[in-house]
Amino acid sequence: MNAIIFSAIMGVVMMFSGIVLKQKSAITKTAIAALLLLLAANLCNSYSVFSINVDTHGLLHFNKFGLFFNTILIAATLVFVLLSGSDIEKAGANVADYYALIFFVLCGTSILTSFNGLLMLFIGIEIMSIPLYILTGSEKRNLKSNEASLKYFLMGSFTTGIMLMGIALIYGATGSFSIDTTVLTPASAGAPVPSFLEIAGLMLLFVSMCFKVSAAPFHFWTPDVYDGAPSVFTSFMAAIVKVAGFFAFVNLFDSSANILGASWKILVGFVIIATLLVGNVTAVFQQSIKRMLAYSSIAQAGFMLFALYSRNDLAKEGILLYAVAYCLATIGFFAVLIKVKDYTFDGFNGLAKSQPVLAFTAVIFLMSLAGIPLTAGFFAKYYMLASVVKAGGSLWIVLAAVLFAAISVYYYFKVIQSMYFKEGAAETSEITTPFKVGLILVASAVILVGVLPSIVLNWFYF
Amino acid sequence: MIALLLILTPLVAGLLVFFLKQGSAAKNLALVSSIAILALALVAVFAPVSPVYDASWLTNLGSRFTLKMDGMGKMLCLLTAIAYPLVFAAVYKNEYKNPAAFFGLMLLTQAGLMGVFLAADALLFYFFWELALIPVYFLCSIWGGEKRIAVTFKFFVYTFIGSLLMLVGILYVYFHTADQSFAMESFYKVNLSTHQQSYIFWLFFVAFAIKMPIFPFHTWQPDTYEQSPTATTVIMSAIMVKMGLFAIVRWLLPIFPEASVQFANVIIVLSVIGMLYASLIAIRQDDLKRLIAYSSIAHIGLMCAALFTHNRTAMDGVMIQLFNHGINVIGLWILADLIEQKLGTRKLSELGGLAQKAPVMAILLVVMALANVALPLTNAFIGEFLMFNGLFQFNVYMAAVAGISIILAAVYTLNMVQKIIYGEVNAVTANAVDLAFNVKLVLVIIALVIIVFGVFPQPLIDLTKDSAAGLFLKK
Repeated sequence: MNAIIFSAIMGVVMMFSGIVLKQKSAITKTAIAALLLLLAANLCNSYSVFSINVDTHGLLHFNKFGLFFNTILIAATLVFVLLSGSDIEKAGANVADYYALIFFVLCGTSILTSFNGLLMLFIGIEIMSIPLYILTGSEKRNLKSNEASLKYFLMGSFTTGIMLMGIALIYGATGSFSIDTTVLTPASAGAPVPSFLEIAGLMLLFVSMCFKVSAAPFHFWTPDVYDGAPSVFTSFMAAIVKVAGFFAFVNLFDSSANILGASWKILVGFVIIATLLVGNVTAVFQQSIKRMLAYSSIAQAGFMLFALYSRNDLAKEGILLYAVAYCLATIGFFAVLIKVKDYTFDGFNGLAKSQPVLAFTAVIFLMSLAGIPLTAGFFAKYYMLASVVKAGGSLWIVLAAVLFAAISVYYYFKVIQSMYFKEGAAETSEITTPFKVGLILVASAVILVGVLPSIVLNWFYF
Repeated sequence: MIALLLILTPLVAGLLVFFLKQGSAAKNLALVSSIAILALALVAVFAPVSPVYDASWLTNLGSRFTLKMDGMGKMLCLLTAIAYPLVFAAVYKNEYKNPAAFFGLMLLTQAGLMGVFLAADALLFYFFWELALIPVYFLCSIWGGEKRIAVTFKFFVYTFIGSLLMLVGILYVYFHTADQSFAMESFYKVNLSTHQQSYIFWLFFVAFAIKMPIFPFHTWQPDTYEQSPTATTVIMSAIMVKMGLFAIVRWLLPIFPEASVQFANVIIVLSVIGMLYASLIAIRQDDLKRLIAYSSIAHIGLMCAALFTHNRTAMDGVMIQLFNHGINVIGLWILADLIEQKLGTRKLSELGGLAQKAPVMAILLVVMALANVALPLTNAFIGEFLMFNGLFQFNVYMAAVAGISIILAAVYTLNMVQKIIYGEVNAVTANAVDLAFNVKLVLVIIALVIIVFGVFPQPLIDLTKDSAAGLFLKK
């Protein structure tokens, strides 16, 4: 409960900090302090040192898995603010508000990592999404930003409607908001077939969650929103928010997918293939790196969906590792991207000469995204593939996935080619030494997790 | 412990070199450390040291950091360790932009190669397999020729697809081991049905076939060899292609015994097609580097065919040839690089008369060329003889068709020699000078190795006896 309460309070604190503090950098420092506090509060909760408990009548459920995942999310946000704090300051006039909104998003994700019923799932998704609509449109005088915000809002509300419809149908069928299978399918031997209402409700929920994690064919909002939003907030959305959505997705269908029986794998298999296809193939043809990253994030979602496909222990460990690897690499690479003036591939030409540290760390982040061994991204993909192979019987989908992974190398390495092998004068905004040090630390973390993934996983089991 | 040092020394040295500021210091450190690694490798081969190193790594995945030296592994480590000082000495006077990065990446590649030859854990093997690839990607893309970016990228994507397929195969076998472990022993003990073997086999084989390369997966190779800087080409063609052959012996044949018999015909036919096809193209080549590249495809094809004959004699031949082909090809590439550096062209039609201008070089070129044709008394003869012997026992017609490639090899190699060193001195070769001391030293060493192992190959057979015999005990 700590994280939910603290993040809400911190959000309000940040709002008022704008009135008290005149300097933008002071606001960033406050935000960092607040994030540290939030992280500490969540850790206290994980180890039951100090935790606030309110009786939620079973609506929220705090287990080790969820709390650990929440720790990852908060830590990733901390890394994000530390690296890109100065760019948040430049994003617009109301810095304090942006931080407040980020904390509200974290409040939403904290609920998503602990929901125990459809009602809280809905509330979590909404608390997470609404601040994002605002953050997307925070560049007020930029038409693209406005368009992205409006599009995101309209599409988002539409799916919220679908989700509510699904929840209503399930409630109608079972008389409960619980996602527990015992309530969903009647245990008595006489009625083993789930009702039509239930299945329809679950399908609607599935569709709306696919939308939230930008899985094809519900991905159409992603490129425009990611491209239109100010780059710093794209980074936040693409990394933390997406991963949180996935956690909710995996948790939601952890047991309830059993109701759909064998059709579940067909359904998810179709979505996985579609997502990998759309994400990877479209990313190949992009001119702008930012837009390429939007499609690549769709492709990554395709890989994370494997956790839903196999639904075993390996998949759970995998989604944890994927969250860490993907957040670190995405935040890191976006931090580099923000500093470069021109987002096209040509804009990166010769970056290795002018900014060797930026280029070198970017290579590590890109390799991690591509899943090359010795980087965290490898083990993330490894666990996902291994979970499916372990479940057995679906080697074809694994083979398809690795072929798509090979395609992804094409567009990730195109950036490396621009930076290292092509001549040019990539222009960047001013790069400070602490920023470089930060990048190197994040890149080292990527390598460390890539060599010893047990660091993350042992912590989870500890 | 020595096995660990063989990997760790180039890794650490490579990182050190990478961050050196001064180019000449980087070059010297690289040369010195490569000689130190050679010393280590000699100790590993000749001294009675423990062949195993084991440490815990990814315990909850069932993977351990296990290194194990068998005869074949030792021999290939030795080949790697010999190749590096020779290459570094030969290119010592070449100018590279950003030499620290160049030599650093070269040493990192060496660490990866050593790891591949030593790893006794499938996941660890996969790691090293990739570690050897990535520095090479950068080496070729930064220091290569004009078309380097596109060509190297093709190479990278090709091999990466192969590796990923192999990863899926590794995962599949892993989940069928009795104790859920990546250890080589567990992999060897795994019992897959004939049906399972028949498709998982290909996941592994495609990865190895791309690396070697075997027809029809070879299209990346001539372009990449041509465009890469010569030092890298040497490493790729002398050692990296051996990764594929090595992996077949170590990981493919023991795990999929039934499938490798079942598909032996298919693979041998592919290999033989590749041999003839590459030889015929080599005859028509005017570019020296491309000629050597195609000739390399033909040689590798023979080794791959010999592996699948499941014949003890052929296996011995492959073992010897793994080493000897590496040595010969180093010599040829260094000479090709020399000609290009000195005369500014690789076109055979523009060369001629070097025997008059550079007699020492001409003599050495003839020695390397004869070794490439596998003439008796050169090191390649014994290996090829044993391999053809095995192939003959397997299938007479296949051996007969493959035998044509010997004739073709003589055609293109002697044609090359003739065009380079005989004929009239022309405008291009008029200013040619003979070898510099460092290159002369390197080439003389190689020529000595060629002749010594041509006359007395027994040490190589003894060294690799356990690996070759082990393969037949398991069945």
